[in-house]
Amino acid sequence: MPRFAHISTVPAQSLPTFGEVLDTLTFRAGFNASVVVGGTTLLGVAAGIIGVFTLLRRRSLTSDALSHATLPGVAGAFLAASFLGLDAKSLPLLLAGATLTGALGVASIQAMLRWTRLHEDAAIGIVLSVFFAVGVVLLSVVQKSAPAGSAGLATFIYGNAATLRIPDVVAMGGLAAAAMIGAGLFFKELRLICFNDGFARVDGWRVSLLDGVLLGLVLLVTVAGLQAVGLIMVVALLIVPAVSARLWTERLGVLVLLAGVLGGLSGYAGSSISALLPNKPAGAVIVLTAGSFFVISLICAPSRGMLASSVRFARLRLRIAGDHLLEAAFDASAVHLSRRTLRDIARERVWAFWLRPLVTLSLGLQGLAKTKRHGLDITPEGARRGQRVSRNHALWEQYLISYADVAPSHVDWSVDQVEHVLSDELIAELEARLLERGAPVPLAEVTR
Amino acid sequence: MNRTEGDVVARPAAPVQTSVADRPEHSAASPLSVHAMTVAYRRKPVLWDVDYDAPANRLIAIVGPNGAGKSTLIKACLGVVPRASGEVVFWGETYRRARQRVGYVPQRESVDWDFPVSVLDVVCMGRYRRIGWCRPVSRAHKEAARACLDRVGLADLASRQISQLSGGQQQRVFLARALAQEADLYFMDEPFAGVDAATERSIVGVLRELRSAGKTVVVVHHDLQTVSEYFDDVMLLNMRIVAAGPVSQVFTRQNLQRTYGGRLTLLSEAAEAIARGSAD
Repeated sequence: MPRFAHISTVPAQSLPTFGEVLDTLTFRAGFNASVVVGGTTLLGVAAGIIGVFTLLRRRSLTSDALSHATLPGVAGAFLAASFLGLDAKSLPLLLAGATLTGALGVASIQAMLRWTRLHEDAAIGIVLSVFFAVGVVLLSVVQKSAPAGSAGLATFIYGNAATLRIPDVVAMGGLAAAAMIGAGLFFKELRLICFNDGFARVDGWRVSLLDGVLLGLVLLVTVAGLQAVGLIMVVALLIVPAVSARLWTERLGVLVLLAGVLGGLSGYAGSSISALLPNKPAGAVIVLTAGSFFVISLICAPSRGMLASSVRFARLRLRIAGDHLLEAAFDASAVHLSRRTLRDIARERVWAFWLRPLVTLSLGLQGLAKTKRHGLDITPEGARRGQRVSRNHALWEQYLISYADVAPSHVDWSVDQVEHVLSDELIAELEARLLERGAPVPLAEVTR
Repeated sequence: MNRTEGDVVARPAAPVQTSVADRPEHSAASPLSVHAMTVAYRRKPVLWDVDYDAPANRLIAIVGPNGAGKSTLIKACLGVVPRASGEVVFWGETYRRARQRVGYVPQRESVDWDFPVSVLDVVCMGRYRRIGWCRPVSRAHKEAARACLDRVGLADLASRQISQLSGGQQQRVFLARALAQEADLYFMDEPFAGVDAATERSIVGVLRELRSAGKTVVVVHHDLQTVSEYFDDVMLLNMRIVAAGPVSQVFTRQNLQRTYGGRLTLLSEAAEAIARGSAD
């Protein structure tokens, strides 16, 4: 217990007042807080933009290996500098070391892919863990030889945004600008190699050069983020905003803009929150902020989000069930279905107990049927739809029997899967082809 | 002392300054000349001593069993797969210099179709090399791409997301992109693989258009039944070239047997196809 006694000595935190929140968000909460918020925002913008291309080029895990491979560089630079009698705590020197071993890590991955039969995931796993282990060993050496320095170096692992200074912010601003200019200038080339690198190569584009530039930018973002976010979590800034943005859009230009905005917002909001709640490490809070944007996107995004896709699936299910019902009515030449018939259809189709009322409700809303006290009345429109579904069904069945080598006994099963997917265009073509072959076209022409 | 005789290089070394096209067996007018090309993945040779002169203005099918090296042949010609030995020239020039005149349709499965671009964006990629580095796609290039989409019957889908296309439509988008390259020689890797009937008709139509415009098209093809209907020339390939030339002369039962070995089901299909071809 005494080991953790200091925890209880921390005074109970009070929540920040509205004024404090406003001051932090508007860069008025003191110079240091503003530097931190500004720096991490710019870093987030740069990482978001570059992350999109990293994601689309499938290099996300490579960037993870890269960030872990920076640790031996930091520790090694410290040791080399103290051995040579230089200022071992000079930040540019440490970051230069990080850049060097980071690049070495990526080069090792490329070399393994080229010269051995290892797959990319294994090569990445090896580089990530071995380089990190070397870093940990070197850190322990630092700890023995210069205990004062080791404390500083450890912040590179988890990050410490509070150590950001004006030159760091300027560097991150430069990086964000470089990311924006690079993405703008090479937009079309990056789009090409991310989508189809084989074609790009044949077409004469220098794919490895572009890849090198992209990995170089990833390296710069990683090294820039070491101090604020730490080498374990900096990869999240590259991946998470890009993935979140991808859920919202299908256009690359919008994707890049949105990822930049989400990355910047994560940096801005995350560092503001950590400034307002003392003892909360900024790096982790920034990553958590980005993570919550991701969760929101995952649930709410239109078309790619979970809500949208489950609604879509539910509607498809309702439509299929409704079509089955209308088809059954048409096949029985009935315009009225009694409660008992409805129950029989539900049993035959193995509907869940809650599906039947929903189906009748949705048919009612579409004007295809009317619920009466004694059952269901099919409207003329509903009858036409039933006729059409029944005809699709028969057409497809004919198609499978006459064209594909499908055992006729299997046909009914596949029919129920596809009749709801057939487009009008395909149906017209099917009909023409069947007529052409002299196969009987089932049912009379439908009046649409 | 006298090492030249026992040298590991069995083939007499050609004088360095002579390009393949100048040799008697290869013509400089030929859009594609492959000479003594061997390709190996790791230690296993995939293609071996391939010599081929493509006749100009013909539709050429490359057929052969799975693993015969059909796609590899195309990729090695285009420099995507490294050659272990041999030389490839286009109109007597290296690929680097002739590249502007060569178009390429990769296999449809080679890309992720859930990629954030529209159909027109993909077709515009065929124009990129005309546009050059760092310049945006101009309206004129977009119009040219749209015209190519129209030729494959997909003009209505220009702004559609590529993830929403059917397999056949995806293949036609790749074809439109190659058309946008405005090349004189086209390589197409399995364009007919797993496509619907409408797409097959559309591709055949485009191939014939290309031929009447004086172009040469080399197509990796897997369907023996349609070879004589769709193509002028055929190359039968199984690690080495078994036979190559006009379909009427080369696409024989005997050559197919030499290409496919004892695969009887394939052979009976092919025999059927030949019977149908000669009846035409």
